[in-house]
Amino acid sequence: MGQALVFIEHDGTEIKTQARNAITAGSKLGDVVAVVAGYNVDHIAKAASVISGVKKVVVADDEVFSFALAEPLADLLVHLAPSYSHIIAASTAIGKSIIPRAAGLLDVQPISEVIGIIDANTFVRPIYAGNANATVRSSDTRKLMTVRATSFDPAPPDGATAPIEVFDVAIANTKSRFVSAEVPKNERPELTAARVIVSGGRGLQNGENFRKLIYPIADKLCAAVGASRAAVDAGFVPNDYQVGQTGKIVAPDLYVAIGISGAIQHLAGMKDSKIIVAINKDEDAPIFQVADYGMVGDLFSILPELDRELDCLA
Amino acid sequence: MKVLVPVKRVVDYNVKVRVKSDGSGIDTAGVKMSMNPFDEIAVEEAVRLKEQRVASEIIVVSVGINACQDVLRTALAMGADRGVLIAATETLEPLAVAKLLKALVAREIVQLVMMGKQAIDDDMNATGQMLAGILGWPQGTFASKVVITADTATVTREVDSGLETVALALPAVITTDLRLNEPRYASLPNVMRARKKPIEVIAPHELGVEHSPRLTVVNVTEPARRAAGIKVKSVQELVERLRKEAKVI
Ligand SMILES: Cc1cc2nc3c(=O)[nH]c(=O)nc-3n(C[C@H](O)[C@H](O)[C@H](O)COP(=O)(O)OP(=O)(O)OC[C@H]3O[C@@H](n4cnc5c(N)ncnc54)[C@H](O)[C@@H]3O)c2cc1C
Repeated sequence: MGQALVFIEHDGTEIKTQARNAITAGSKLGDVVAVVAGYNVDHIAKAASVISGVKKVVVADDEVFSFALAEPLADLLVHLAPSYSHIIAASTAIGKSIIPRAAGLLDVQPISEVIGIIDANTFVRPIYAGNANATVRSSDTRKLMTVRATSFDPAPPDGATAPIEVFDVAIANTKSRFVSAEVPKNERPELTAARVIVSGGRGLQNGENFRKLIYPIADKLCAAVGASRAAVDAGFVPNDYQVGQTGKIVAPDLYVAIGISGAIQHLAGMKDSKIIVAINKDEDAPIFQVADYGMVGDLFSILPELDRELDCLA
Repeated sequence: MKVLVPVKRVVDYNVKVRVKSDGSGIDTAGVKMSMNPFDEIAVEEAVRLKEQRVASEIIVVSVGINACQDVLRTALAMGADRGVLIAATETLEPLAVAKLLKALVAREIVQLVMMGKQAIDDDMNATGQMLAGILGWPQGTFASKVVITADTATVTREVDSGLETVALALPAVITTDLRLNEPRYASLPNVMRARKKPIEVIAPHELGVEHSPRLTVVNVTEPARRAAGIKVKSVQELVERLRKEAKVI
């Protein structure tokens, strides 16, 4: 077996679920060493040390890691690389930023969005917006990859306690600087972790309708809210709601697509959901080809009725 | 400031691709090919920088077969100044492409590389980050807003929690996301003018780059298809089925 270094993404407060999915992927490839980088992150390192499957934690605690900038994080991975056969991150915005950069520095061809692990060298990944799966074998001695969270169960957060080792090589960053973050307030479950997602598309016509018609139903179902690119582009909802090839990849138990046509780029992000419901006035909309339950009709009359029907359930 | 924009020729985003029956790849025979949509956004952004007199020259480069000259011409018609085709008969991996681009950056003394965040064929989302790494430059991935001043690129990025803004010391690599801009259509006169713009063809070895592949494709398969579902007649029926049949609410 090899040694897998798994990057632990966190928001300063807690570890992202996707990091636990990545640990499961790492466990298939070797003993997992979790790397935590940040500033004042003792609590994160401790939380990482008890995730099931983690054999050791390496913590890089330094101001340079305050904002998860790609340049110092990739340098960190490069420093640690010699001890590992595999270096893995979840394919989140951060994972996608640092893994290829580190791979370039290590002269390795990275493998993105792995959805299946065949053996230490062979991996399955989607191509063409998920319309095909490619199995690829790597001849690099060290493999760097991002893994799709929805393809690996999250490792339980409460296993045996692994030792924590401190990384104390100074890493400098003079090239990039964090300026600001715009994090829209959202009290609903996170899209990538939600059991139920209610998504709206261009059919909603505006942000007001989104708020009036989609949000109440999402709340009754304890659901996260998603959107098509068209809905985000038109400003109905913020960019972090987008589901699809270039947005978030989700696989909830229930995905409700409302006023979404079902372009391949949208399907790429949600077609692995367990149950898909589509509400659309066009009976030929491609979304119906993937829907378990389709309802043809006008969302402006269906949604208020659905809202009332869900009241009766409660 | 010279700006380099790499552009890739890919299967058009509207095409639903088919897997070859022998599992060796995707059937691209007779399929419509276009410029990768993210690269169009990168070209547009570079042209706007030139219109603002921030960019002095825009060089577009494609790596691949001769037909890639088509996407170079499209970029020239949008406003790029000249093209470079790095001729390769097989599809090169992002690592090899990054090395070729690095060599070109050195030859042309480029200050900014503006490129698509991912190609919609292999969906790798890697070349820009790899290029930035091997150049030792900072990177602004998934850009939805770019402001260039004398020595800094301020890039607003689409991240999982919303937006993040970073300041990068130039030279830098920026990769474009969908909402950065809406690419223009080239006008007919510009298409005509683009025919006269130069495209240089060079071989990878002229840039001193070794490009043997690291990945072998074992096979390409079609993902499992979802079984056809049913149409419900009423909201009551929908809720009833979701509760009792699917048991998801
Ligand atoms: C490179 C690239 C990447 C992309 N990435 C993504 C991505 O990540 N995610 C994504 O979603 N898209 C993505 N897209 C865009 C994608 O191709 C589609 O344009 C987009 O998904 C369409 O969004 P939509 O379904 O909301 O809008 P439309 O296609 O316009 O569909 C609106 C639907 O609403 C229905 N409707 C309208 N009014 C009503 C009503 N009153 N009642 C019921 N139904 C109604 C219509 O019948 C229609 O089916 C990408 C495109 C490109 C080129």
